[in-house]
Amino acid sequence: MIAAGKPLLEIRGLRTQFFLHEGTVTALDGIDLTIYENESLGIVGETGCGKSMTAFSVLRLVPHPGKITDGSIKFKGLELMNLTEEQMRGIRGRRISMIFQDPSSSLDPVFNIGSQLGEVISLHQNIYDKDALKKKTIEALKLVRIAAPESVLRQYPHELSGGMKQRIMIALALSCNPSLLIADEPTTALDVTIQAQILNLLKEVIREAGSSMILITHNLGVVAETCDRVCIMYAGRIVEIAETFELFGNPLHPYAKGLLMAFPKLGEQKEELAVVRGTVPNLMEPFPGCPFVDRCDYATNVCERVRPTMVEVEPGHMVACHLYPKGGGWQDG
Amino acid sequence: MADLLSYIVRKLLLAIPVILLATLIVFLILYLYGADPITAVAPPHASAEDLEALRDKYGFDEPFPIQYGKFLKRLVFDQDLGTSVARGTLNTDVSYLIEQKLPKTLQLMAIGLTISYSIGIPLGIYAALRQDTLKDRGVMVFTLVGYAMPSFWLGILLMMALAVYTNILPIGGTVGGLENIILPALTLGLGNAALTTRMMRSSMLEVKRQDYITQLRSRGLPEREVIFKHALRNALLPVITVIGLDIGWFVAGAVVVETVFSWPGIGMLVINSIANADFPTVQGCILVLALFVVLGNLVADILYAFVDPRVRLG
Ligand SMILES: Nc1ncnc2c1ncn2[C@@H]1O[C@H](COP(=O)(O)OP(=O)(O)OP(=O)(O)O)[C@@H](O)[C@H]1O
Ligand SMILES: [Mg+2]
Repeated sequence: MIAAGKPLLEIRGLRTQFFLHEGTVTALDGIDLTIYENESLGIVGETGCGKSMTAFSVLRLVPHPGKITDGSIKFKGLELMNLTEEQMRGIRGRRISMIFQDPSSSLDPVFNIGSQLGEVISLHQNIYDKDALKKKTIEALKLVRIAAPESVLRQYPHELSGGMKQRIMIALALSCNPSLLIADEPTTALDVTIQAQILNLLKEVIREAGSSMILITHNLGVVAETCDRVCIMYAGRIVEIAETFELFGNPLHPYAKGLLMAFPKLGEQKEELAVVRGTVPNLMEPFPGCPFVDRCDYATNVCERVRPTMVEVEPGHMVACHLYPKGGGWQDG
Repeated sequence: MADLLSYIVRKLLLAIPVILLATLIVFLILYLYGADPITAVAPPHASAEDLEALRDKYGFDEPFPIQYGKFLKRLVFDQDLGTSVARGTLNTDVSYLIEQKLPKTLQLMAIGLTISYSIGIPLGIYAALRQDTLKDRGVMVFTLVGYAMPSFWLGILLMMALAVYTNILPIGGTVGGLENIILPALTLGLGNAALTTRMMRSSMLEVKRQDYITQLRSRGLPEREVIFKHALRNALLPVITVIGLDIGWFVAGAVVVETVFSWPGIGMLVINSIANADFPTVQGCILVLALFVVLGNLVADILYAFVDPRVRLG
């Protein structure tokens, strides 16, 4: 998998900060992450660890008073950080799309589905002819397996169910064939039965379109079912990245171990991540060492003082933890 | 369309008790106030018997429920508001008096409302788009002053600034001409403009934080379309709902402003009639003003349903 794909999105040293009256919150503190073509990557972590901010940073839509203060984001080799706002708009929705957690608040309540879909399609594909546009919007709805697209076009968001709205969000996001879809907890707000449908739909349409997906979730079960690789975040940093199968079988970081220990066995389904004892560090106070130090059973002196760097322990399996010293990994056997 | 019509009819039917209640309260106040129109209109040398005879003729000697009952009966069966009992207009039909003054008040309110919204809506958007900057703060100070200032005082200040010291505009409005309307309309409109600005601003700020706005940006929509097509339309909804309330506010405001500027509308008529204890005219005016408030609310309801697909009339 890793050897096969070409890199699609390369994030290096990304730092996103919020400048508040009370101080500066470092929401993302040096994120390094690569997404390859034709893969789906899961991002997992507790609430507030920076999953959504990673997504917003990629689209350069970090909400005020947040700012990207450092780092590089390359999309197919193109440095997004250097683009003008105008050029960036050409990327959004066309090359990289995003869907949000709550479909009930993600559609403009006063426009019908047809005009919201038509708006994006005519924006990115320059289609202004009414009939051609309608044909395109119907195609987009059929893509997400909506049975009666003609009537849905005339409906308003409040007339549709949550699952239906999320289908439409997916249609909106995929209507211009983006190479990358970022789905930020796309099923959290839905009924359990609908969740599975939407996940399967996402998997299928992404595969059909030959796109890649970043799936942000709290739910390890969702990751296990959907993603090729997983990235575990903690307090604004990435602590471990591996292929899904590898991570579930051989978690390395103490935080990842804790999460997986509480992960239900085959067949069960758990909604939220397991709670690991202790609290997350305050992102307003800079800390020199490992952010997990207070909650870690294996913490030593060095964890307090020195920030662990990413080490490739197995091919494609990387972890940022002092338990796995540089050069002490698989290469040395 | 049939839905809309039946909705309007239903709303109007529901409004009847409200309007009647308003007239009842006014009637009661006038009655308890004990003012006597007859002494005012009777010839100076009229004897006590003459006065008694006049009271009898106009029905002012009867007990309260009978008087009110007669008023209602005339109103419902003859669509008649009775005749004036004030000196200069004795025996003139009240409906005629109102017909004379109504267009002037409508003019004043229409221009006042236009001023109010054409200042309030753009200014509110402007402030919201520059939240927490100096410009935003400036707008907020203006609105606070505009809102806190009573309209009669604002009227007098405007009068001094634009008429007394600079002679740009005429002071009074008795003639009812176009240049006479500017001062009263400005006075009426500015206070409400301040309120509209604040509402528009907070509504816009609320909408700007919504997921669907970020979602629209994430689809690459240009910022001006995000703001002026999507955010604006949503942010206008709460402002439209208060148009109905605004009209009620304007009715009250018109009475004050017309008096300050002696603008010859219903407000002036009602004030003069109260001073003359011209009961039938006061009643007639109150009826019309109450109708305004009801119609204002109806218009706002219909407008709201028109712009918000989530609202079904019924
Ligand atoms: N508007 C804001 N002002 C200040 N800090 C913010 C703001 N938005 C986010 N943050 C900071 O960014 C951090 C990461 O937020 P983010 O939304 O990315 O978390 P998340 O991992 O998506 O959480 P969740 O699972 O709850 O969605 C938060 O812990 C918070 O400290
Ligand atoms: Mg989030």
